[in-house]
Amino acid sequence: MAHAQHDKYYVPHDSHWPIVGSVGLLVTALGVSNWLNGGSISKFVFFAGLAIMAYMIIGWFRNVIQESEAGYYNEKVGGSFRWGMIWFIFSEVMFFGAFFGALFYARQYSIPWLSGEGNNFFTNILLWTGFEGSWPTAGPAEIGGEFEPMEALGLPMWNTLILLTSGMTLTVAHHALLEGRRTMVNLGLAATVALGFLFVCLQAYEYVHAYTEMNLTMGSGIYGSTFYMLTGFHGVHVTVGAIMLTVILGRTLSGHFTTDNHFGFEAVAWYWHFVDVVWLGLYLFVYWL
Amino acid sequence: MSTTAEAIHGHDHHHAPLTGWRRWVFTTNHKDIGTMYLLFSLTMFIIGGAFAMIIRLELFQPGMQFVQPDFFNQMTTMHALLMVFGAVMPAWVGFANWMIPLQIGAPDMALPRMNNWSFWILPAAFTVLLSTLFFDSGAPASGWTMYPPLMLQTGDAFPFAIFAVHMMGISSIMGAINVIATVLNMRAPGMSLLKMPMFAWTWLITAYLLIAVMPVLAGAVTMLLTDRFFGTTFFTAAGGGDPVLYQHVFWFFGHPEVYIMILPAFGIVSEVIPTFARKKLFGYHAMVYATAAIAFLSFIVWAHHMFTVGMPFSGEVFFMFTTMLISVPTGVKVFNWIATMWKGSMTFETPMLFALAFVFLFTIGGFSGLMLAIAPADFQYHDTYFVVAHFHYVLVPGAVFALMAATYYWLPKWTGNMYSEKLGRIHFWWSAISVNLLFFPQHFLGLAGMPRRIPDYSTQFADFNMWSSIGGFAFGLAQLFFIYVIWHTYRGGVGKATAQVWEGAHGLEFRVPSPAPHHTWDEPPVIREDDQDVHS
Amino acid sequence: MCFTKLKAALRWLTAFALSAASSSALADYTLNMPKGATDISGEVYGLHMLLFWVCVGIGIVVFSAMIVSIILHRRSRNPEPAKWHHNTTVEVIWTTIPFIILIVVAIPAARTLIKMEDFRQSDISIKVTGIQWKWKYDYLLHDENGQERGFGFYSTLDAESNRIRQTRSGLDPWSKENYLLEVDNPLVVPVGKKVRLLLTAADVIHAWWVPEFAVKKDAIPGYINEIWFRVTKPGIYRGQCAELCGRDHAFMPIVVHAVPEEEYEAWVREQQEKAGVLASADGEAAAAEPQEWNMEYAMRQGEKVYTQMCASCHMATGEGLAAAGYPALKGSAIATGDLAAHLDIVLHGKPNTAMMAFGGLMSDEDIAAVVTYERNAWGNDTGDLVEPSDIAAAR
Repeated sequence: MAHAQHDKYYVPHDSHWPIVGSVGLLVTALGVSNWLNGGSISKFVFFAGLAIMAYMIIGWFRNVIQESEAGYYNEKVGGSFRWGMIWFIFSEVMFFGAFFGALFYARQYSIPWLSGEGNNFFTNILLWTGFEGSWPTAGPAEIGGEFEPMEALGLPMWNTLILLTSGMTLTVAHHALLEGRRTMVNLGLAATVALGFLFVCLQAYEYVHAYTEMNLTMGSGIYGSTFYMLTGFHGVHVTVGAIMLTVILGRTLSGHFTTDNHFGFEAVAWYWHFVDVVWLGLYLFVYWL
Repeated sequence: MSTTAEAIHGHDHHHAPLTGWRRWVFTTNHKDIGTMYLLFSLTMFIIGGAFAMIIRLELFQPGMQFVQPDFFNQMTTMHALLMVFGAVMPAWVGFANWMIPLQIGAPDMALPRMNNWSFWILPAAFTVLLSTLFFDSGAPASGWTMYPPLMLQTGDAFPFAIFAVHMMGISSIMGAINVIATVLNMRAPGMSLLKMPMFAWTWLITAYLLIAVMPVLAGAVTMLLTDRFFGTTFFTAAGGGDPVLYQHVFWFFGHPEVYIMILPAFGIVSEVIPTFARKKLFGYHAMVYATAAIAFLSFIVWAHHMFTVGMPFSGEVFFMFTTMLISVPTGVKVFNWIATMWKGSMTFETPMLFALAFVFLFTIGGFSGLMLAIAPADFQYHDTYFVVAHFHYVLVPGAVFALMAATYYWLPKWTGNMYSEKLGRIHFWWSAISVNLLFFPQHFLGLAGMPRRIPDYSTQFADFNMWSSIGGFAFGLAQLFFIYVIWHTYRGGVGKATAQVWEGAHGLEFRVPSPAPHHTWDEPPVIREDDQDVHS
Repeated sequence: MCFTKLKAALRWLTAFALSAASSSALADYTLNMPKGATDISGEVYGLHMLLFWVCVGIGIVVFSAMIVSIILHRRSRNPEPAKWHHNTTVEVIWTTIPFIILIVVAIPAARTLIKMEDFRQSDISIKVTGIQWKWKYDYLLHDENGQERGFGFYSTLDAESNRIRQTRSGLDPWSKENYLLEVDNPLVVPVGKKVRLLLTAADVIHAWWVPEFAVKKDAIPGYINEIWFRVTKPGIYRGQCAELCGRDHAFMPIVVHAVPEEEYEAWVREQQEKAGVLASADGEAAAAEPQEWNMEYAMRQGEKVYTQMCASCHMATGEGLAAAGYPALKGSAIATGDLAAHLDIVLHGKPNTAMMAFGGLMSDEDIAAVVTYERNAWGNDTGDLVEPSDIAAAR
């Protein structure tokens, strides 16, 4: 495909994808809210909303990929995409920041305070007599009953290795792309996708194990809350990242991307590395320390 | 690839926009999207204003004459949510959409399709939020801050409110990403960062704040959601959590949020005053650095909203000192505006009147802000009408007046018609007098001991509440008049506007005709070192 | 939100005209923060005024410059604008001076803060619990032998204010002195003693505030915050809850009677006698007169408890308030159906609603009485007489 660069900044015309996305969000939000309130058929409304969203995402990205392959994106458009992706990832960092903040707050402040430290002597004496909190804990009332905390060794360590390896295979694929070795690109990407899904599967197994064998649930006090919130949202991000990598793999298999024009690949690679780094933070603060 | 060709048909030449509703729903044009943002914001301003009228009506006299206390709480909550997320923020995004590409010489926003989505999420989000008013158990009533455990007592409205906030967050983040990408990537040749108009500068920094804190709000309300429905205990002591944790997370968002609402206002005032003083902005570089300093400080002052939660002493002192520091860069801004006026050659058209009122009245809000920063004194002010007076002074004669200045300033550029100066001045004086009658007595109420968010009060507070309500009704009416002025201008005003519009105006937006054509700066303007239209 | 009829509108207009006419005659126009009744409140007032005058000073300079400029530098007087647009010296000066002012203010502020945070050597500790929408005061008292001699009581909005404040009650707030600032059982403290309050809450966050003491702190469920005050002159001091806590946030005032020490001691003894915690001759707490548990007594006692604890949501008529999501008890499935389910909801509450767990707040006897009342009042004639022992078993 010819890649004659266009001089002018490409401003797309009239698109129906955004409004489809908005309707999708509206239907999803109404559906899930009613469902949570106990509505009986709203579950289906929720799934219908998700389906609309999926339709929008597929259609919108197909549009973008076609435009890209048709050569409408010059360097300046690429610059906008780059800034867009960078700041999107920054917003994701801040999203995780809120939950990491909650974890640090619980460990540094609320648990010690409930145990009577700082200016909370009476909190412990009058309200939570005898509570001596130490991490991990389900709080002074042991909400959710006794549980077994997650060990850092074992599965989580394997998961760390898997994610780190996937980061490396992705870098290998990237270098291969820069050097024009297409087979290596496909192999590296395929390995990354496989490792990504393997991680998700192991994580799912870990959850089942935690719920059935360790009595570690979302309701296991502040430990269960932070554990599932952080690892859960991370898992969602890995899943999304792996799906995006799959799309990129499909594109490289169809011969998309050139040595000097492959922003789609780069964007997903950035995202994957971000997910990787978040995991390291999780491994350190949630599993290990 | 025929579908591709169809999808991107005509990308090289501009064809006429679609007609009818399809133009607005499918558009990728920054001016159309800007217009929709502004009209949406005006709608929310009126609905949120109507809620405020109900509040002031009930508070006109002691005793409960009109509503149940629950409904009153729903009104205070919805009034704030609508004004913050529905009126002020979208209005600024609307101005950014319309003006930033014009001001920096860009053909459009950097990511035009996403721009459309950012806007169209908002009507969906507010449909979700406003629908709760029709529920049997009513709308959320725990204040816009949504503190647990009270928020967790909300009826069926609870998940609707949470997901509405999520949607507003998605919209804001995408809007902000677009502004950043536009400013960083789309400037015309020669338009270096330190030549940009102040409005573009303040918005660049605002966009950074938005991207940094909207996800944190999303995190906070997500924890509320799981606490309510999935058994987590982030905000429950029995499980090792803490209700105050929510407040920390919320205000880590909330304090930058108030600057998100005021920084673009600084930008507007920094454009309007030089135009009508016919003199360059004084200390342009200092203005840029002061804006950046305010943005930085906004991340380390959040707990001054919660001095009474029983923080350790060290925390109280830290947040007191950092908060006091904010007055330094803010002071620099006020001094620079006055220095810009000094020895200028001023005329007082409506935008200038609003800008000058902004400087006066925002400074009063700044003074009460400095008083509130002093932790021991804040124990007295906290959660009283003194606080209500403070933040309304910075938001109404602050942010909203700047929005009005900007509207009058650029309305001729948008519509091609000159507004009636007479009507504009009536609107200004009507608003400026009533807004003070509305909010100034609230300082006294707070100092005398009237808590905020109460539907009924002891008789000793009666007089000032009555005056405040009268001011409120007058201010509300003034804004209906504002809509009339806009309509009047749209229908022709008092004649055609020139491209220059204002004698003293500089800036690329005044190089294009009025009304601005559907597509501008297809060929970017070239900015030279000595260009009078930019800062140097 | 229904608008009232013409009559109400007229009354309203008259009131407006009257208060507008008489407002100058009202001498108690309060414009400023009270100096208060403690040393700390005096210091806070001083800080407030210091800040106020600093702001006035800066305001005079800034606004004068602005006004002078607006007058002199208008086009009609100054047709040719100046060309300069920066001046480093001036900019450095007006960045530095505010710093210095801030430091001058920060020092006394930090000093006062340190004093406020000094909880050592307090004379009396009272646990204060915020509850939707009332306060509970527990005096943590011990005798010389370390025996607990404490007592507690609820403090709610006075009945007269409560009648007036009902929406469209048609009653005149001006007819009641201290409207909304009166309670049934005030907090009583001795003058000149350091009183420490231990604040917490049973349901949502409340805040305890008496302006004359310059103390305001949140009462947070599951945590205890401390404040202290030492009242210098006897008197009645009033305040309100200062953190939005739901529907009746405006209607849970605080009243403190500061009395001379002897009077306080006498009052305490009286309360201890009432609570039956006073030591008898042999050092054992005297048991209260045992009361025969019968329907008539339970109903009488139950109505009292119901009025205090339940009526603000479920209404005195038992009809609830559907618009606010508060269910009726009259004829309800809970109050006329299975007793165990009824006890469960009273003892343990209903999560995520205003129906809190009352188990920790009330005695077996009170719960037995109120449940008996609910099951037999308003035509709920189940005939069930719940015994205190049933409650102990159900806990």
